[in-house]
Amino acid sequence: MALFLSQLFIGIGNGVVYASVALALVLIFRTTGILNFAQGEMALFSTYITWKFTDHGMPVVLAIILSMAISFIGGMIIERVLIRPVESASPLTIVIVTLGMFLAINSLAQLIFGTGEKQLPSPFPSHRYHVLGTTLTAQTIGLVAVLAVECLVLYILFQRTKMGLAFRAVANNVESSRLVGINSGLMLMLGWGMAAALGALAGAMVVPTQPALVPSSMQSVLVLSFAAAALGGFDSPLGAVVGGLVVGVADAMTHQYIDGLDQIELVVPFALILLVLLFRPNGLFGKTVVERV
Amino acid sequence: MALLEIEGLTGGYGPVQVLHELDLEVGDGEVVVVLGANGAGKTTTLRAISGMISAKGRITLGGTSIVGKSPERVARLGVAHVPQGRGTFTDLTVEENLRLGGYARKGGVAEDVQRWFTTFPRLEERRTQQAGNLSGGEQQMLAIARGLMSRPRLLLLDEPSLGLAPLITQDLFQRLSAINEEMGTAMLIVEQNANLALAIAKRAYVLETGSIISSGPASEVQQDDAVRKAYLGY
Repeated sequence: MALFLSQLFIGIGNGVVYASVALALVLIFRTTGILNFAQGEMALFSTYITWKFTDHGMPVVLAIILSMAISFIGGMIIERVLIRPVESASPLTIVIVTLGMFLAINSLAQLIFGTGEKQLPSPFPSHRYHVLGTTLTAQTIGLVAVLAVECLVLYILFQRTKMGLAFRAVANNVESSRLVGINSGLMLMLGWGMAAALGALAGAMVVPTQPALVPSSMQSVLVLSFAAAALGGFDSPLGAVVGGLVVGVADAMTHQYIDGLDQIELVVPFALILLVLLFRPNGLFGKTVVERV
Repeated sequence: MALLEIEGLTGGYGPVQVLHELDLEVGDGEVVVVLGANGAGKTTTLRAISGMISAKGRITLGGTSIVGKSPERVARLGVAHVPQGRGTFTDLTVEENLRLGGYARKGGVAEDVQRWFTTFPRLEERRTQQAGNLSGGEQQMLAIARGLMSRPRLLLLDEPSLGLAPLITQDLFQRLSAINEEMGTAMLIVEQNANLALAIAKRAYVLETGSIISSGPASEVQQDDAVRKAYLGY
């Protein structure tokens, strides 16, 4: 039982990170219909910025906030400069652009920050609590709290503000949103900016749980976050959160309990996804598009 | 000076030119209908006015040029365009659709939402439902109310009767006429259902292959032999 619980906590801790990157993916997918393959590398670059600040002696929480602000602006610039010109191109073209960004941003990070291992301090205290015979770290509690706040802020922004309404309008019908006076281009820029800021936050959460910050830090995270988003449904924020937790926990459990798979534990989340998508192609929480014409 | 003045308008989609030197006017508070066969350029004319396609020529709204302005700018200058197919925000609720109509306004949105709920009680019953689940007629009412939420100077309506049953269409045009009398909103209506549209319009234009071939008071256009044969079916 204790072992099970401790694996559950590890799974939730990881799952929360997948969930927050998946949220960023969902944010961009919902507003622009684009699967942003560069989301992980954007987060990587942001995390290097965070690291740079802490390396200069800045407190880590302040470094994260500053890095989120810079990432927000960076995300807006990426949308305006790289995505806007291909906005109306075929989905394949856009996929290739985001894949190109994946490579370019990763290389740029290596060029600027080097390939050596960097240590990013955790924003959470290193307390451990004993719960039901196992240890629960402040790190895990902190991660869950950050995700909870993130979800709450996004919920209020999208459901309770005029700007959020405009976002949802652009996501649903770009043409009509322009006809009621919404600057759809600005909304798309803000969407990318927010996704980039969320990525910066996620990166600063996940990297301290890894041995070190290296150029490949976000790659497995991105894969699992894509899995989480696919599982939950690419258009559903709730799905991203649930999907992230399911993938995280399934991953941790496999690692612990199935010897034969402990080197290839990625198999299980993907088998799960395959199964879900066989029966619900739009993901667990994804909407089937119904339109009356 | 008329509210909307169009002179020598040309435009289309990429290399395909649809409009050829089109001239058209809508006066303050006037209801004007544009008749024409499929492909004559009716929808394109409306899209050129609201900035959805690039166009050349002169288009002024209350003396201000709106050629080359983005749709959101044109909307903020007082043009509400109810597109063909109604442009419903299908994933959003009925009430959110209405609130979006008043997006560019500073205040008074809640009052106006209530006003349209009073006018269209059917929409109020369904205020929290996804707008995509409304019937065609209800969606058309919603689209018109959404357009009027911005308190526009000019309402552009593209085939409002499309896909509606005859009785609902009749009701729709009566309501449009009532709204025009009550609020004084000018309307430019593109419509296949020529009889109903002409009945509420003050003037009419007939569009053929991107140019105006005839125009005049609605009652005269209705009597015109060529128009009757081509568009009225008797």
